[in-house]
Amino acid sequence: MNLPFTITFEKRVADIPKWLPAATSIGSVIVAFIVSGVILKMIGGEPLRVAKFFYEATFGSWATFSDTIVKATPLIMVGLACAVAFKMKLWNIGAEGQFYIGAFAASLVVLIPMVSPDSPKVVVIGLMIIMGMLGGAIWGFFPGYLKARFQVNEIITTLMLNYIAVLWNNFWIFDRWSDAGFQMTPAFEKSAWLPRVTDYAREYGTFIDGGGGLANFMTSIGLERISGMTLHLGVAFGLVAAVVMWWIFDRSRWGYEIKLIGDNPKAARYAGLNITRNIVLVMMVSGALAGLAGMSEITGVVHRLQERISPGYGFTGIIVAWLAKLNPFAVIIVAILFGALIVAGREIQPSGLSQLLQGIILFMVISSDVLLRYKVRLVRAQAAVEAA
Amino acid sequence: MPETPFAVEMKDIVIRFPGVLANDHVNLTLKHGEIHALLGENGAGKSTLMNVLAGLYKQTSGSIKIFGEPVNFNSPKDAIAKGIGMVHQHFMLVPTQTVTENILLGLDEPRFFMNLAEYDQKILALQDQFGLRVDPTAKIWQLSVGEQQRVEILKTLYRGANILIMDEPTAVLAPQEIDELMNTMRSMVDQGKSIIFISHKLHEVTAVADRVTVLRKGKVTAEGHSMEGLTKRDLARLMVGRGVIFAVEKKPQEQGAVVLSVEDVEAENDKGVPALRKLSLAVHAGEILGIAAIAGNGQSELAEVITGLRPCTGSIKINGKEVANKPPIEAIKQGMAHVPEDRTGVGSAPNMTITENTIMKCYREDPIGNGWSIDFTTARQRARKLKDEYDILAPGVRTLARKLSGGNLQKVILAREISAQPQLMIAVQPTRGLDVGAIESIQTLLLAQREAGTAVLLISEEMEELLALSDRIAVISDGRIMGIVNADEADINEIGLMMTGTAVPSKSAEAAG
Amino acid sequence: MNFEIILHAGLATGTILLFAGIGEIFAERAGILNLGVEGMMLLGAMAGFSISLTTQNVWLGLVVAILAGGILSLAHGLVTIHFQADQVVSGLSLTFLGTGLALVFGKGLTGQTPPLIPSFDIPGLAAIPFIGPVFFANHSLLVYVGYFFAPLAWYYINRTRPGMHLRAVGEKPSAADTMGVNVYRLRYFYVFVGGCLAGLAGATISLAVSPGWYSDQTTSGQGWIAIGLVIFAQWNPLKAALGGYLFGALRRGILDLQGPALLFGLANPLYINSNFSFFLKMTPYILTILALVLGSRAAIKKRLGAPAALGVPYIRGERGL
Repeated sequence: MNLPFTITFEKRVADIPKWLPAATSIGSVIVAFIVSGVILKMIGGEPLRVAKFFYEATFGSWATFSDTIVKATPLIMVGLACAVAFKMKLWNIGAEGQFYIGAFAASLVVLIPMVSPDSPKVVVIGLMIIMGMLGGAIWGFFPGYLKARFQVNEIITTLMLNYIAVLWNNFWIFDRWSDAGFQMTPAFEKSAWLPRVTDYAREYGTFIDGGGGLANFMTSIGLERISGMTLHLGVAFGLVAAVVMWWIFDRSRWGYEIKLIGDNPKAARYAGLNITRNIVLVMMVSGALAGLAGMSEITGVVHRLQERISPGYGFTGIIVAWLAKLNPFAVIIVAILFGALIVAGREIQPSGLSQLLQGIILFMVISSDVLLRYKVRLVRAQAAVEAA
Repeated sequence: MPETPFAVEMKDIVIRFPGVLANDHVNLTLKHGEIHALLGENGAGKSTLMNVLAGLYKQTSGSIKIFGEPVNFNSPKDAIAKGIGMVHQHFMLVPTQTVTENILLGLDEPRFFMNLAEYDQKILALQDQFGLRVDPTAKIWQLSVGEQQRVEILKTLYRGANILIMDEPTAVLAPQEIDELMNTMRSMVDQGKSIIFISHKLHEVTAVADRVTVLRKGKVTAEGHSMEGLTKRDLARLMVGRGVIFAVEKKPQEQGAVVLSVEDVEAENDKGVPALRKLSLAVHAGEILGIAAIAGNGQSELAEVITGLRPCTGSIKINGKEVANKPPIEAIKQGMAHVPEDRTGVGSAPNMTITENTIMKCYREDPIGNGWSIDFTTARQRARKLKDEYDILAPGVRTLARKLSGGNLQKVILAREISAQPQLMIAVQPTRGLDVGAIESIQTLLLAQREAGTAVLLISEEMEELLALSDRIAVISDGRIMGIVNADEADINEIGLMMTGTAVPSKSAEAAG
Repeated sequence: MNFEIILHAGLATGTILLFAGIGEIFAERAGILNLGVEGMMLLGAMAGFSISLTTQNVWLGLVVAILAGGILSLAHGLVTIHFQADQVVSGLSLTFLGTGLALVFGKGLTGQTPPLIPSFDIPGLAAIPFIGPVFFANHSLLVYVGYFFAPLAWYYINRTRPGMHLRAVGEKPSAADTMGVNVYRLRYFYVFVGGCLAGLAGATISLAVSPGWYSDQTTSGQGWIAIGLVIFAQWNPLKAALGGYLFGALRRGILDLQGPALLFGLANPLYINSNFSFFLKMTPYILTILALVLGSRAAIKKRLGAPAALGVPYIRGERGL
């Protein structure tokens, strides 16, 4: 080849600038969007119109933004679930199954029922949170235990457990709790619903009617009414979970242990850490977070247990965690972007497009990591010849 | 004398890596039929220079001629085609393949179908020619280190190499095996081969080499000097840059009570083969017990069973508490510190900071551990103090461990282990691969531990280090103790014999008690 | 419950796992873990189906399916071999990418009927009692190819010069490199081979064994099962083939349990309530997990393991492998 220059990779010796990881992540998302646009063009689509539609359907107004956040809510929790496992280099790709089992276990509270439907909301919801997290944790326990005890590859086991979880749920939905033969359980009592913004529409009405300073402010930002906004309390679970995970990762003894095992398990063993116990524990915490996401989804959005409660949140969570470089706060931001992708993806044809985009984004992100380890330089041909 | 071209002529070789000038205008000439020593400290650039000659790296500038013909290697294949063969320090052998398969690796013959039996015969014939015996059908992982080295040499000979580069070939061998290797080298030279012999051991160089080239920090300090009239002292000055090699001073000292006692311990290695057989020993407070053994004779496993990293049978007590087959934390709680053999693989976490690496053993307790949380401010202050105390060269305590040089990483590990004020220290190959300066400071630190009353178990493959530091030396062969001798009355030849498994009854009895 | 039918179906569906599993064995023996098998299979299934439909030439479809899997795998090769990215994450993203591409380009294919790969009896052999109907009758050409493929793959890996180089690159790349074997080129090549075979496995589904395009249900996790199979088979093509056939037969046998009203003289719960079939459908996945547990115990005992350099990027001049 007779290029006027050659590309060389030089190992970085100095510490990398702090802004570089974030810049490469953002850059790779942009490149991924461009590549997807090209593919869309190839199959006869109109990338620009799709992009405009994408924006309008996701961030265009407060109502659509609320939809985006609703979709981002489970992604935050699932993203955190993946992040904690990946931090220890445990490849939990079973968040999808843990999500389903979390939803199943939480609905037991209502479907058995474990408490009377007339109980206060706090009691019902509180118990559902515990059950949801417990369910997910149990589903994370199995692969964790098999990994710790028999060194069974967790990638395969978590993945197989995804299929099993969906089938398990289906049995109960179809066979035991079917609502008049439909593939869903009856709707939950209101006491098992997470509070939504729209629930307060009657009380607080529209801001514009109230008049005064608040009304002016709300009008100026375009938020004139809240009725119909489906944003629910689950997002708060996600935010709290993010803060907790940040504290664990950055400040706690356990977070240090997770990081040490993830970076060098042999060194961790040498330093006296109990790796077996930590593998099981991390898988359970990871499962609990995914289970919480499942609980939040059925109590905040669908209000019943049914088939296909997740459009692949568990898998998207993998990308969210990776794109966020396992940072809990970055997980929130990335989850919102992917929430938008899901919102828009429901309406954009063809249906695989958002999955394709996710795949390309992830590829771009991991490829861009090379920039963090190497300096890529263009060397003019003349210089290269001299060197040789 | 007729003017024949040199076998190898390397001229003005410059090799630059990002941030490092590994070789700075180096010249090296190898005459036909000579053994040419390439001498230098670790990190002087010897292996880098030879990797260029073997086609693995490319020089930044400079020229190479082989038998007068200018060459430009783009891959190891090019170098092999010109008759250059390299015996690497870390053997380049595929453990799961047979000797024959390893020798045939990368060759164009056989084309597709392999008739291994036929090639086994060819290799046996080659073995006869040079006196290098090894079973061609054996898998590499079944072979001893010495045998593996023979496979490496056979690999180059099978390719018709005329120029052999041997990168620190004696580092892994027992004294007797070293003699055998030197005989092989002489017989190869007699049969028309030329050899470049890389080493940092002066007595070997004076014993076998015809000429010597010395490198110091990437520069040549002696170019193709004839060995005649050169003393070890001269070589040392050329290599290190000062007159004498500093020898650490060991003060006489009373031994204390038994801290570590190992009784009838048996263990298997990673392949499931017995590595320790009914081994017993004791280390006292204020004593350094050295372990001398050829690589792979159970000394690594001994360190691992004591530190809780490997299951075993028998009894291991630290201050009277049983720790055998308990998780590592039990031995750590009994005041055990461990400087592991593998600094990067076991002793440190590469992608964590110096601070995080220094709290690996103390993050559970005050003042670093604070309930469920870790006080990173205190941890950083402590790390800064250690960095100054132990003279760790790094931009700061946030620097990642993988960016540290071997010597500085070892200092981080020692700082961590010593700061725990241990009663027992297990040090495995603590100075391997370090330059003279770092070796000195680490040996001084170990002696300071001895003076502080710590019981030290020192496992080393450097005989001189063992003799200089130890109070007693236990010699291990094939997982058994062959004898324990007092260091100041030790006879290096007897130790060598015991390392190869020969019993020397007179010596073993007196120091054992 | 007819054993002839169960074994016959086992050989047919087992062929899918055979191709995908052996493909993965090639990649892993070269040191590259490729978790994107599901994506490559799905893309292969779609591409083969689509080309066979539009050109009405099933052979062209087969070739395109193989190439589609292979070309997609090169993305994984580039990222893991040259950029030294984490092989797990790259493999996962390959799954997303393959699935996405297959769904985007596969819209409108459902319900179509392209020409399929022919099925036929082997003259003579098909007449042997029991053996004939199971092994040599009414199988797709690809099933017969599978019979030869596994032993050939085994022979290639263990008894030929390129196979020796393949093993060396996966066990100790530095040794291969110093002896002039091009580690990067071989790794690319075997990742590509693995991708091609995954594509072939996809086409085995959509054009031969269970023809049709059912979007992501076409493969329904068989790519992942194939990866589990590789571990279970301890990287041996012959064991992978046997495992694949066994798996296929078990799956079919379990499905057949739903048929009879009585099982061993007892009322068949599956016949009474078809919803119990949800539990039956779990069995392939549970079997995979069980196989892994058993396989790993055997591996620990015999100290047999994965290729030593599996998952480790090779950088010349760095210590270690």
